[in-house]
Amino acid sequence: MNLSNYLVLASVLFAIGATTVLLRRNAIIVFMGVELMLNATNLVLVTFARQHGDLSGQVMAFFVMVVAAAEVVVGLAIIVQIFRTRRSASVDDVNLLKS
Amino acid sequence: MTGAYTAVGTGFTPPDVDWAPLAPVLLVLGAGVAGVLVEAFVPQRLRRPVQLVLALAATAGALVAVAALWAGVRDTGGTVVLGGSMILDGPALVLQGMVALLALVALLVVADRGQNGEDAFAPQAAAVPGSQYERTATEQGLAQTEVYPLVLFASGGMMIFPAAGDLLTMFVALEVLSLPLYILSGLGRRHRLWSQEAAMKYFLLGAFTSAIFLFGVALLYGFAGSVRLSVIAEATATTVGLDPLLLGGVVMVAIGLLFKVGAVPFHAWTPDVYQGAPTPITGFMAACTKVAAFGALLRLVYVVVPAVEWDLRPVLWAVVILTIAVGTLASLAQQDMKRILGYSAIAHTGFILTGVVALDVDGVSGVLFYLLAYGAAVIGAFAVVTLVRSVDAQGRVTGEATHLNQWAGLGRRSPWLAGAFCLFMLSFAGIPLTAGFIGKFAVFTAAVDGGATPLAVAGVVGSAVAVFFYIRIVMVLFFSSRSPEADRVHGAVTVVRSEGLTTVAIGLAVVATIGLGVLPSPVLDLVGEAARFIP
Repeated sequence: MNLSNYLVLASVLFAIGATTVLLRRNAIIVFMGVELMLNATNLVLVTFARQHGDLSGQVMAFFVMVVAAAEVVVGLAIIVQIFRTRRSASVDDVNLLKS
Repeated sequence: MTGAYTAVGTGFTPPDVDWAPLAPVLLVLGAGVAGVLVEAFVPQRLRRPVQLVLALAATAGALVAVAALWAGVRDTGGTVVLGGSMILDGPALVLQGMVALLALVALLVVADRGQNGEDAFAPQAAAVPGSQYERTATEQGLAQTEVYPLVLFASGGMMIFPAAGDLLTMFVALEVLSLPLYILSGLGRRHRLWSQEAAMKYFLLGAFTSAIFLFGVALLYGFAGSVRLSVIAEATATTVGLDPLLLGGVVMVAIGLLFKVGAVPFHAWTPDVYQGAPTPITGFMAACTKVAAFGALLRLVYVVVPAVEWDLRPVLWAVVILTIAVGTLASLAQQDMKRILGYSAIAHTGFILTGVVALDVDGVSGVLFYLLAYGAAVIGAFAVVTLVRSVDAQGRVTGEATHLNQWAGLGRRSPWLAGAFCLFMLSFAGIPLTAGFIGKFAVFTAAVDGGATPLAVAGVVGSAVAVFFYIRIVMVLFFSSRSPEADRVHGAVTVVRSEGLTTVAIGLAVVATIGLGVLPSPVLDLVGEAARFIP
C-alpha cells in the first residue's frame, strides 16, 4: 500500500475545494468548498497518522469534524439570514461595502 | 486477553491537571457558559444587568488571576500545562492579561445605550431588516443580550490562542475566537445590510483561511510526527536541506495567522468588516483579535520559524513592506471614518510585523508594548465613533455619522470628545508623549537590532505618510467648519448622551494612551521581563 497516493488524493481534493471557494458565486457552494478543504485535511491527518504509527492524527480528525460542524452552524445562519434579506445567496450581490 | 483488558480498565489514571495557571481562561469561558444559562433562565428584564455584571466580573477576575500568576511566571519562566497543550510563559501571560483588560474596556462600549435606550445591536438578529417583526421587536425594546456571552467566548479563545503549545490547540482556539466574531459582526442595529454583508465576507474568508491553516498543520504533523511546537522545533534542528512538508506547513500556518492580523495580501476583509460590524464590536476585534493573533504569530515565528528563517525571510519582508504601503496609502483615499480606521489597522499591522520579523528578544517586548498602546487607542477611537450620530429630518437620532465631512467642526461643539479622538489619532501617528510613539520606537529599534534595517526604514517612511492623514483628521475636527451643503447631503450630526459607560471607556483609553506615553518604563520593564518563550 503506497501512502503517498492518499496524500495526492487529499491534495487534489484540497485544490478542488480551494478552487470552488475562489470561483463559485453561490455562498452555499463556496461554503461546500471550504468543507471539502477541511475533509481533505482530515485525509492527510489520517494518512500521516498511519505513516507515523501515531494515533494523534486520527484524534485530530475528530477535532476537525467538531469544529467543521460548529462552523456550519454559524455559516449557514449567516448565509440564510442574507438570503432572507436579499432573496439571493450570490457572493457577487453583497457589494455595498466599498471604498 | 480478558486479563489485559481488565488491567487497562483498572489501570486508568486520571490526567493530572494543574488548574491554577488555567484560571484566567477558565474564568472567562466559564462566565460565557454561565451567560448562556442566564439567557435561558433569567427573566428578560434582568438579563442585561446580569449579563453585564457577569461579563465585567469575569474579565476583571481574569485580570486579577493573571496578576496573581505573574510573580510565579517571572521567577520560573512559566509552566507547561495539559500535557503540553498550553504553555503559560511570560509572553502568554502578558497577552492574556492584555486581552482581558482590553475586553473589559470594550465591554463597556458594547454595553452602553444611547438616549433612547437603544444599544448598538439588532433587537432581534433573526428579523429580516425592514420587516414588521423587526419594528415590533424595536418597539417592545427587545435586546440581543447573547452579545455578552459571545464576547466572552471570543475573549476566551483569544486568551488560549497565544498560549497554545500545539497546533491543534491553536486551531481550536482560532475557531473559538472567530466563530463568535462572525456572528457579532452581523448583529448591527443600523445599516443591517452592511452588517450582514460584513459577517458573510468575514465568515467566508475566515473559514477559507482557517482551512488553509489546518492543511498547514497537517503538513507539519507529517513532517514532525507531532503537532507540538517543541517537537516540530526539535525536528527542524535535525533536518538536512529543505523539507517541502516543513516549508509548506509553515507557510500555510503563517497565512492563517497573517489573515487574522490583517496583513497584505490577506487584508481584503479588514476595511469591509471594520465598516460593517457594529462599532463597539469593531473596537473589540481591532484591539483584542490583533493582540491574540500577534501572540500566536510570535510563538510560531520564535519557536518554529528560526530553522527556515532564511527561506522565508524574503517573503516575510515583502509582506511587511506591502502591508505598510497598502495600509498607509489606501487610508489616504478614504472618506468613511470606520474605513479609515480599518486601513490604519492594516498599516499598524505592518508596523508591528517589523518587530515580529526582527527575531530578536527586544522585538517580542516591543510588539507586546505596541499591542497594548494600539489596543487602548483603537478601542477609544471606535468608542468615540459610536457617540457621533446622524440626525434625520424629523430630528431623531439615527446611525453613526461616519463620513469624514460630518465630523467637520466637531472640536468646537464637543471639545472634550474631539480632543480625546485627536489624542488617539496622535498616538496612531506616533507623536512623542503618546503611547504610540514609544511602541513605534520599540519595534523599529528591535528591527534594526535584528538586522532588518530596511523594514525599519519602511516603517518610518510609512509612519511619516500616516502622520499626514492623522493630522488631516485633526484638522477636520478642529479647523474646518460644517457647511450647510454637507448637512444637506449627509444629514445633521449630533453627539448622543449615553448612559456613561462609553465615556468611562474613552477616559480609560485616554489615561492609558497618555500614561504609557509619558511614563512607559514600568510597562516596558514588565514586558521586557516577560519576553522569553518556552519552546
